[in-house]
Amino acid sequence: MADIAPTAGSQVPPAEVEEVELYHAKSFWTKYIFSQDAKVIAIQYSSTAIGIGLVGLVLSWMMRLQLGFPESFTFIDATDYYQFITIHGMIMVIYLLTALFLGGFGNYLIPLMVGARDMVFPYVNMLSYWVYVGAVAVLIASFFVPGGPTGAGWTLYPPQAILPGTPGADAGSGGGIVLMLISLALFIIGFTMGGLNYVVTVLQARTRGMTLMRMPLTIWGIFVATVLALLAFPALFVGAVMMTLDRLLGTSFFMPTIVQAGEQLAYGGGSPILFQHLFWFFGHPEVYIVALPAFGIVSDLISVHARRHIFGYRMMVWAIVIIGALSFIVWAHHMYVSGMNPWFGFFFATTTLIIAVPTALKVYNWTLTLWRANINLTIPMLFALAFIVTFVNGGITGLFLGNVVVDVPLSDTMFVVAHFHMVMGVAPIMVIFGAIYHWFPLMTGRMLHEGMGQFHFWVTFLGAYTIFLPIHYLGLLGVPRRYFEMGETGYIPASAHDLNAFVTVVTLLVGVAQIVFFINVFWSMKHGKLAGKNPWKAASLEWQTPEVPPAHGNFGKELPLVYRWAYDYGVPGAPDDFIAQDQPGSGEGAHRT
Amino acid sequence: MNLFREMTKKPWLETGAPEGPDGEVAAFDLPRSTLGLRVFLVVVTVLFTLFIVAYSDRMLIADWKAMPEPWLLWVNTAILVLASAALHWATLAARAERLADVKTGLMTGAAFSLAFITGQLFVWQTLVAEGYFADSNPANAFFYVLTALHGLHFLGGIGALGLTFAKTRRGADIAEVRQAVDLCAVYWHFLFVVWLVVFGLLLFT
Repeated sequence: MADIAPTAGSQVPPAEVEEVELYHAKSFWTKYIFSQDAKVIAIQYSSTAIGIGLVGLVLSWMMRLQLGFPESFTFIDATDYYQFITIHGMIMVIYLLTALFLGGFGNYLIPLMVGARDMVFPYVNMLSYWVYVGAVAVLIASFFVPGGPTGAGWTLYPPQAILPGTPGADAGSGGGIVLMLISLALFIIGFTMGGLNYVVTVLQARTRGMTLMRMPLTIWGIFVATVLALLAFPALFVGAVMMTLDRLLGTSFFMPTIVQAGEQLAYGGGSPILFQHLFWFFGHPEVYIVALPAFGIVSDLISVHARRHIFGYRMMVWAIVIIGALSFIVWAHHMYVSGMNPWFGFFFATTTLIIAVPTALKVYNWTLTLWRANINLTIPMLFALAFIVTFVNGGITGLFLGNVVVDVPLSDTMFVVAHFHMVMGVAPIMVIFGAIYHWFPLMTGRMLHEGMGQFHFWVTFLGAYTIFLPIHYLGLLGVPRRYFEMGETGYIPASAHDLNAFVTVVTLLVGVAQIVFFINVFWSMKHGKLAGKNPWKAASLEWQTPEVPPAHGNFGKELPLVYRWAYDYGVPGAPDDFIAQDQPGSGEGAHRT
Repeated sequence: MNLFREMTKKPWLETGAPEGPDGEVAAFDLPRSTLGLRVFLVVVTVLFTLFIVAYSDRMLIADWKAMPEPWLLWVNTAILVLASAALHWATLAARAERLADVKTGLMTGAAFSLAFITGQLFVWQTLVAEGYFADSNPANAFFYVLTALHGLHFLGGIGALGLTFAKTRRGADIAEVRQAVDLCAVYWHFLFVVWLVVFGLLLFT
């Protein structure tokens, strides 16, 4: 029960700090367009990801219009619907969430939080962003080729993904699927360039005193997610290359013997299941590529805004690592309905349920961090709390679906749609908003408007539940997913159609309400309340920069020295109740009260 | 830095000055670019491993007909040994600070690598002339994919080799040159091993 005020007793003189060879931009082009500064690259990544994310949002509206009011909109036919589904899923999972968490938050926060001037390979980092832009451009281009983008579903399962009859794959006009595969390959190449930077910067460019176990959990989440992505994306790359060849050269990696319209195609012998294994060997870690940074960020938001050290820091780090490792041995739970040996299913059901243990540990630790803490219901805190609730919600339905016997009847219903939107859609989006409200003052020097923030939070949070809770119910009723329209389906009651219409209306309203967020961002950039230095009184290094927003090179002449972890909050005797990581202080355990 | 020991620390008990008597940085005792290359090699290993897993899975299906291995592949393998040896020699020269030999080593390495890629293209031509098309059998398709992917990695490496050569020409610091040459050599040896694995797979299946 130490109660020790910081002193200068253990001050280490700032010895020669190794100056990295920092690239100094000389023109507008190299400063803002082909920038090598991770902070600029972060903003570029984030803007592009959010821009393409808005396209994904609009596509979801189109789907909802069709589901809520079938046969009312002549501009949506079955082909369009499948294209909307496919591109919506692809954009949200890969081009928005992965790019925003790793390319956006990773680039902004890693150098600042570990006390580095920049990423270790800034040129490669810049290339990473521009290859990503190329990937997005190719994806968008697929809307404009004859036949439009692929409508194979975001999982792109062969054989249908590349056969005539599937949108974007028709003979003579089916460039959509090829562009999709090329875009994915480009994304993976671009990500690998960025990923090398994130990993090496975390391992080799931390400032003095920043041991691995003094890193904020945000960095742990981003770091482990990057390692997962570097190991998992090659599987998608392999699948994409082989499928492109099946389509363009007529090889039969994945294509079985097929008779179409009474005619046997030239394909034969290939294994569609092999593609599924490759896809999900990427696809399941992808869930954690998104979730782990969210876990990390939420830990930091809770700690700062509840003025309490994170409960069980070491356990939290190990949970992140263990979840990351386990995420590579659960992939086949996405394939229960593809037909598999029961023992194989049993193995994957078991690993799937085991992964709930470290995940639950994290939830307990967040809750215990909040226990009797000085909770400030700021907007970032509200979003962080919303994340925890939503993640628990989506996680529990995940436990249902992890069991083969429960999954098989539910697999093709709206229940699965509701589950993964809770866990992979709503939950990470809550964290993204929380993180933007939290770090916006650092990035711009101004606060976001509180009133608009409150409105945005409550509409988004309550709205998301109003949308997705009924979809769980629809799924339990047996409403199938992927269907363009139900028609006269006997077992689906009329009330289900009414519910669908209701969900559509709410979706449109919640979507439109996001405009408030964008108005807030643009308005606050110029007119927001001045934030000053460290408005949240946070202990981690990114808030201790000499200038706000941090200048090129981040830390002025000398890199900071780190004396403690990032969670010394609620310290009796400390001014402002916390001690920043770069503040010397004698003794141990100053935070434990 | 011992990763496991680092991760068992209790940061809440370890407040105080930066660790070590001189407050050194806790990092692996490696240059950043070396670690960067190693991480990249892990990614490339995963990529080729997944292709090999896919190969092993696909070859179990009855339509698989193994391809012949043209004798030129043995010649190409020998050329690759020479490319690797040239780069190894360049690293020795860099350590001995013989800059002229470094340049020769790099140029020779690049020349042998280009010869290897040309040789591989000849193999392709021979096989296509004999009717082994990518779409006629999955074994053929895998052969073309694996060799193409391996060749593309070489082309990327030759780009890096060019940058290293430019470094030696503009008279960069010898330590910097040594570091760059070392990385090139590691990459070449790695791709040589990948080729041995791929070639072995083709020979024995």
